[in-house]
Amino acid sequence: MAQEMSLDVNGHAAHVAVDDPETPLLYVLRDDLGLHGPRFGCGLGQCGSCTVHIDGRAVRSCIMPVSGLKPGAKIVTLEGLGGPDKLHPVQAAFIKEQAAQCGYCINGMIMQSAALLNETPKPDEATIRQALAQNLCRCGTHQRIVRAVQRAAGTL
Amino acid sequence: MNAPALSRRSLLLQGGALVVGFSLSARDALAQQTFAPVATIGFSKPIATDQVDSFLALGADGRVTIFSGKVDLGTGVQTAMAQIAAEELDLPLDRVVVVQGDTALTPDQAPTYGSLSIQKGGMEIRQAAATARARLLQLASERLGVPADALLSENGVVRPRAGGQGIDYADLVKDGRLDLKVDPAVKTKDSTAFTLVGKSVARIDIPEKVTGRFTYMQDYRVPGMVHARVVRPPAIGASLESVDEASVADVPGLIKVVRQGNFLAVVTEKEWAAVKAAERLKATWSKWEGLPERDKLWQHVRATKVTKDDVTSSTGDAGAALGQAARTLEASYDFAIHTHGSIGPSCAIAEFKDGRLTCWTASQMTHALRKQLAAMTGLEPEAVRCIYIEGSGCYGRNGHEDAAGDAVLLARAVGRPVRVQWSRADEHGWDPKGPPTLIDLKAGLDEEGRVAAWSSQFHVPEGAAGNVPLVAADLAGLPHETTMSPGNIIQNSALPYAIPNVRTVCHRLASTPFRPSWIRTPGRMQNTYANEAFLDECAAAAGADPLEYRLRALKDPRGIEVLKRVAEIAKWQARPSPVRDVSGDVLRGRGISYVKYELNRTYVAGVAEIEVERGTGRVRVPRFFVVQDCGQIINPDGVRNQIDGNVIQTVSRVLMEEVMFDRGAVTSLDWASYPIITFPDVPEVVTDLIDRPSEKPWGAGEPSAAIVPSAISNALYDATGVRLRSVPFTPAKVKAALQAT
Repeated sequence: MAQEMSLDVNGHAAHVAVDDPETPLLYVLRDDLGLHGPRFGCGLGQCGSCTVHIDGRAVRSCIMPVSGLKPGAKIVTLEGLGGPDKLHPVQAAFIKEQAAQCGYCINGMIMQSAALLNETPKPDEATIRQALAQNLCRCGTHQRIVRAVQRAAGTL
Repeated sequence: MNAPALSRRSLLLQGGALVVGFSLSARDALAQQTFAPVATIGFSKPIATDQVDSFLALGADGRVTIFSGKVDLGTGVQTAMAQIAAEELDLPLDRVVVVQGDTALTPDQAPTYGSLSIQKGGMEIRQAAATARARLLQLASERLGVPADALLSENGVVRPRAGGQGIDYADLVKDGRLDLKVDPAVKTKDSTAFTLVGKSVARIDIPEKVTGRFTYMQDYRVPGMVHARVVRPPAIGASLESVDEASVADVPGLIKVVRQGNFLAVVTEKEWAAVKAAERLKATWSKWEGLPERDKLWQHVRATKVTKDDVTSSTGDAGAALGQAARTLEASYDFAIHTHGSIGPSCAIAEFKDGRLTCWTASQMTHALRKQLAAMTGLEPEAVRCIYIEGSGCYGRNGHEDAAGDAVLLARAVGRPVRVQWSRADEHGWDPKGPPTLIDLKAGLDEEGRVAAWSSQFHVPEGAAGNVPLVAADLAGLPHETTMSPGNIIQNSALPYAIPNVRTVCHRLASTPFRPSWIRTPGRMQNTYANEAFLDECAAAAGADPLEYRLRALKDPRGIEVLKRVAEIAKWQARPSPVRDVSGDVLRGRGISYVKYELNRTYVAGVAEIEVERGTGRVRVPRFFVVQDCGQIINPDGVRNQIDGNVIQTVSRVLMEEVMFDRGAVTSLDWASYPIITFPDVPEVVTDLIDRPSEKPWGAGEPSAAIVPSAISNALYDATGVRLRSVPFTPAKVKAALQAT
């Protein structure tokens, strides 16, 4: 029996019907709400492509059961972080540094970095590398990503 | 700029309207970007590679649509193609739209592989655009009564050089159609007049990718679509004996359990239900243990039947010269089985409608895939349309085509459009693999330490760059290829150096443990690894500086230049390897390597700096220097991005990657069991490009990967005095090698 749920996604109330309370948040965001930012990469919490913010913290939505969300939890995806008209500083820095190849991992890189900068506004390079240590990139865009985060932090 | 940079969809919408003249609706041309269903009938747009209209259409609104058979796999070639076309047509970049890899719309420019997108695909587009421009001048000349050579084109207008009113391209070609053959002799723009080519233009796709507005294959949806997951055999060759459909009867929205031969899958209304159903489905399979024992892999390779020998170079008499050498060396190198390791597992959608099949796919080879899908379904190729939608980077032939085969089989079984999303384990377990490579080398040095004789034998699977068999067709017993296609892996087995007696032979093996395919720099990477590391062994035996030793044997001025420049930027100190003191706890060294890609194009030289922890055997590569000469550069920043990627991905391959397996199947099915390099260990890549605007452009997507394994092996030797000859150079192997000394 499908369960009706109300989620706060990118500042809007979203109503969804979920068959299985174990459904990971990622599937609700992508399949029910049509969002493209959070991406399916492993379903195991290993790669970081699915990262979203929940109440400002970076969370892996592929292993976050939708039933585990606290009532009123504020979910922000890459789309909600900033858009073409109003880029988030991290997004703007990724464009400036041309920090993508295929870009499949970039959602996670930006969401993880934006969460880092919320807590540590001026991280050094080693801190950035450590903060992104669990985010995988296969194209080898790492040094541009680090530079983009430094640029967003104003430490480049 | 008319359209905001972020609005690719609206750009394409306006661009799409350009092709109305081809009795093709705007909506069809838009298929790559909208959720509208796509008809597969009624196309009259030419796609033959000798027709200008196959490559481009001039729009009534002043925009030009470029139809590229080569696709952007995340490498930035879409932007580079737009630069090439805009340059040749004298248009601003934002008035060029690129449609890629749609078998109904784009010419068959061969698969996107082999570092040929710019070198071949881009030059075909350049030729077509130059032919179009020449015709536009001619048409304007007729209309204006001014000789063509007294006209110029700029910003989409042809006008007299002397001044006066010009005519828009759109006015010159009312229906957008030129009806013209590509002129192979047409004069393309002189490089001295370039305004876009050679510039680091920002990539078209990045703004959408960083804001979640981009539609990857994995995001694409069509109306009425349902979801599927495949259930692969637990052992590669196992047979499906029975399926307990009751085990998934309670999955919400279950549509069907599809079984055809050994092909098994579940189809559901919603995606998560498919994941759960695939997990829960109970099936019994026969036992199969056809893989070799992993710890005896190299004995297995050595014992595999050889079907033929490809002699890739033969100069002088290597056998006799080895016998007369003052000193001989002998070594064997091996390179493990690797996976592509795409971050996004493969995905595809297929739909049958009115006897026709449409497949949305991230395939790097939609025209070839179309033929494979036709063979698999029994449809005529004309009844099949494959439409490229960019997926996760693939670095060769990964699982994208196989996911397409799965989707087709399932769409036919359930009579609805089906989206197949592979799991992480599907991708790690079932994408085709880079085959194990084993290389035996011998060298003879003369009295002065120079290489007088060189003899090498490469043990690599047979086959060339054809189609890789589709998993679904194989499991379901449908018509499919049965040959191996590892890519043209004998390339760069011969040497770029002037050595008097050389014989290089590739023993082509009748089989290899896993379905092989090409992975970025196939063969060229493994072969260059052995050649350049063994050459370093010769240099060490001769007591020579590795750079000076190479320069002595190199006659090619462009090769000499990349080597000298990399030595300069890496502040190379001339001395023999290894370093004098190899006794510390943290050992440091540097290694050099060189390749002339396929011995006929892109030159790359590199220097690796490494650190080795004696206690743990852990190796780090803090910095890697690259100098590359790929002729004319279209987009320098794009080339740098590719070099970063080649170096970082290959450092990962060399230090940590190896497919694990038991007698039945791959066992490294996730990122924990098949780890790749992470941020703390990623090297700083320092790149210097040699641009030659008046030369032809050569490939840049792969060549710089070729030098990485040998540069690291050479640096390891330099640091420790120990030669590592088995990739990956894991801490366990390095520690054991250090302890053995």
